[in-house]
Amino acid sequence: MDRTQLLLTLSIALFALGLVGVMIRRNALVMLMCMELMLNGVILSLVTFAERSAMLSGAVLVFLVFVVAAAEIAIAIPIVLLLARRRRTLDVGAWSELRG
Amino acid sequence: MSLETLLLYFFAAASLAGGVLMLIARHPMRVALALISSMISLAGIYAILGVHVIAVFQVLIYVGAVMVFMVYVIMLLDVRDPSFLERYGRAVVPSVAVAALLAVALGAAVSGGDIMSAERLAAMHQGGRSGASFEVQPFSVEFLERYWLHFELTSVLLLAAVVAAIAVIKAGRRHHG
Repeated sequence: MDRTQLLLTLSIALFALGLVGVMIRRNALVMLMCMELMLNGVILSLVTFAERSAMLSGAVLVFLVFVVAAAEIAIAIPIVLLLARRRRTLDVGAWSELRG
Repeated sequence: MSLETLLLYFFAAASLAGGVLMLIARHPMRVALALISSMISLAGIYAILGVHVIAVFQVLIYVGAVMVFMVYVIMLLDVRDPSFLERYGRAVVPSVAVAALLAVALGAAVSGGDIMSAERLAAMHQGGRSGASFEVQPFSVEFLERYWLHFELTSVLLLAAVVAAIAVIKAGRRHHG
């Protein structure tokens, strides 16, 4: 298998695994971590293409994505903690009345 | 098969195994450890590709900052939480089916489409700045000469995130009493 093809397949697999995790797990923190896995899969494909095309701007974009991911976690975790404090559980089923 | 290819396969398998363990593990701490091992394997892949800067960022930012934060939060929480004991919600089979379908569709697009064709990759190579290197020194020089404004703007974004996090905590406290 070609190297680029292998890495793209891996990135698709990681994205799908993360998606399954977000959909089937009950714990809100675990769902957040599975989202991180999805993001890592996408970043892998971005790095692969940046490396193949020898474009430095791709690497800069990856750096910016890292910063955005750090900011996302810094905001998402306090929100999850607030939810957990109010219902005394991390189970997303406890918030099922939020569905429209 | 060269050592590099072998290592690439090894790290790819390790990151996949980490992803699968994340779905199986019951306790969030184990999920976090599986995610950390997956991320470190990805950093290994980046290092093999020669994108050293991103490999370092992956370890420093993701494993060093984000996941350590996550582990702290898991330690803060109550272990007797029922969501720790029961892993899965209700719609397991349809969710897996949807994700598998998506993966198959994406895989077909990647292998069937012309993303991977030699001409396409050659064209991409032409579009790039010739001789661009992802080693630390050339990357840093280029990064701070051409993209310094973006670099500075990330600090504004981080400041906004800090303010937002504090605001969320304060709002929760006010509501709580």
